[in-house]
Amino acid sequence: MKNLRPTREGYVEGILQAGRENDRVVVIEGDVSRSIGSSSFEEEFPERFFNLGVSEQDMLGEAAGLALAGFIPFVGTYGVFVAGRAWDQIRTSICYMNLNVKIAGAHGGVSVGPDGATHQALEDVAIMRVLPNMHVLAPADANQTRAAVLTSMNTAGPVYIRFGRNPVPQIYPVDASVEIGKGHLLEEGNDITLVACGAIVSQALIAREILSKKGISAGVIDMVSVKPLDRKLLIEQAEKTGAVMVAEDHQAIGGLFGAVTETLAPEHSVPVGVVAVKDSFGTSGTPDEVREEYKLTAQAIVFEAVKLLE
Amino acid sequence: MSNVKIQGLTPIAKSVRLDVLEMIRAAGSGHPGGSFSAVEILVELYWKIMRIRPEEPDWEDRDRFILSKGHACPALYSVLARRGYFDPAELLTLRKFNSRLQGHPDMSKLPGLDASTGSLGQGLSLACGISHGIRLDKKESRVYCLLGDGELQEGNIWEAAMTASYYDLKDLTAIVDRNLVQLDGHVSDVMEIEPLIDKWLAFGWDVIVADGHSFISLEKAFEHCSETEFPSVIIANTVKGKGVSFMENTCVWHGKCPDEREYTIAVEEIQGGLS
Repeated sequence: MKNLRPTREGYVEGILQAGRENDRVVVIEGDVSRSIGSSSFEEEFPERFFNLGVSEQDMLGEAAGLALAGFIPFVGTYGVFVAGRAWDQIRTSICYMNLNVKIAGAHGGVSVGPDGATHQALEDVAIMRVLPNMHVLAPADANQTRAAVLTSMNTAGPVYIRFGRNPVPQIYPVDASVEIGKGHLLEEGNDITLVACGAIVSQALIAREILSKKGISAGVIDMVSVKPLDRKLLIEQAEKTGAVMVAEDHQAIGGLFGAVTETLAPEHSVPVGVVAVKDSFGTSGTPDEVREEYKLTAQAIVFEAVKLLE
Repeated sequence: MSNVKIQGLTPIAKSVRLDVLEMIRAAGSGHPGGSFSAVEILVELYWKIMRIRPEEPDWEDRDRFILSKGHACPALYSVLARRGYFDPAELLTLRKFNSRLQGHPDMSKLPGLDASTGSLGQGLSLACGISHGIRLDKKESRVYCLLGDGELQEGNIWEAAMTASYYDLKDLTAIVDRNLVQLDGHVSDVMEIEPLIDKWLAFGWDVIVADGHSFISLEKAFEHCSETEFPSVIIANTVKGKGVSFMENTCVWHGKCPDEREYTIAVEEIQGGLS
């Protein structure tokens, strides 16, 4: 883990590559193209770029219409608004018709920082995950985000891709790949399995090193495919290590923790802990300050993991 | 179009109203008021205006129709069946378990539907998106979208209205079924939407007013829309529950099934040609 890059850069690289590979790819923006960086798609493909202004409901409806006309729209804006403001449009006009719309939720999690609670998407994974036909990807770094975009282009049906704003450590090489329904076992462990998605995966990897010094062997799964979840990998590692600690920059209710516990609860008696936002809104501050406040750090993962194992 | 041809649509409209009545009675529920107000608009579109191939529902050069006021689907189902998309015998399965005729339109089940709708306010965005797509493909198809007047209270409609004019979607025509009544009462009492013409004009649309129960008036309006350089909207003045005296101009029959006595009277009135 060396160079830091914002995951949104991976989104922009992804849509540019998608646009070059497939002339059915179109991009719909909502007045944040300069923030996310998707304005570069407009420069290269002006005819296939629509900035619809600050109008999430219309953006998602237009995307559905373009998909009905045979195109592959990528709709991007901040996760709070794209998932929340237009949820019913996503439900009825996209998921119900199982349309080929790819939704990019930028500014995921409290680690957005100074913009504060209104702009920190903390419920998006939950409300996208409950929709039938929807796939949910939460990549951990820029390279994986680019791969997630390309995978979603080649996946039939709606996909929600969640990424962040600020630079995060690069975990994956430039040729990273993402497969729907597959997680990545980044590290093997024997005592506990850390299951994370998104930017906090890098913290889980640091937590593993700290735990190792305490004599605890922790495995790390990057669960980039939150829906469908990689059941096989999760169950296999949960049974092998006997304990699971979920980490996500999202509400503990309904997100990756929800997906993991729903999967394990029926048949597997494995204790599952969580490091996530606990039923509260975010706040302004630097990303580091806010992560510290909401205990979304490697230290917090270590603390909770040790507690779970006691 | 000759008068003979126009007169030919009147019996079709009558049959559609009878279908709707029978379908809703068989289902035990449904929306007669807003179905009856839309009958002539749908018949005009599917028999005279739209380029379609019922034997090839997915023909890529077809015109598209979005029923944004999805609850009027009994009238649309009848029109599709009578136009040849599926067997009219299936109409009586409306709203029943395993039926392709869902309570609100589901395009994955029934041929001839260009979108699934039912949550109000979303259809115009769908129509804009389809129109955008058709233009990108350099095709000529037109897109029609039927809106309810109560539905115009949805903010999403006006977002889409802005988009359509900003992108000069001149191949898009919206029709407002202006029946003046919504579920809870008169639109002007629930939440006034006037001045309607001014609103659409201000959003950059070509606006034309028509008698929504007159094929001559509707035909002229559609002709106008096909020639304009702007997205166009027909404000079709209609009567909620048109064709059945006790269903007309009242919110009571927005979503209600007639009992046997009411059904008998309604059939007589429709057959007698009140419409």
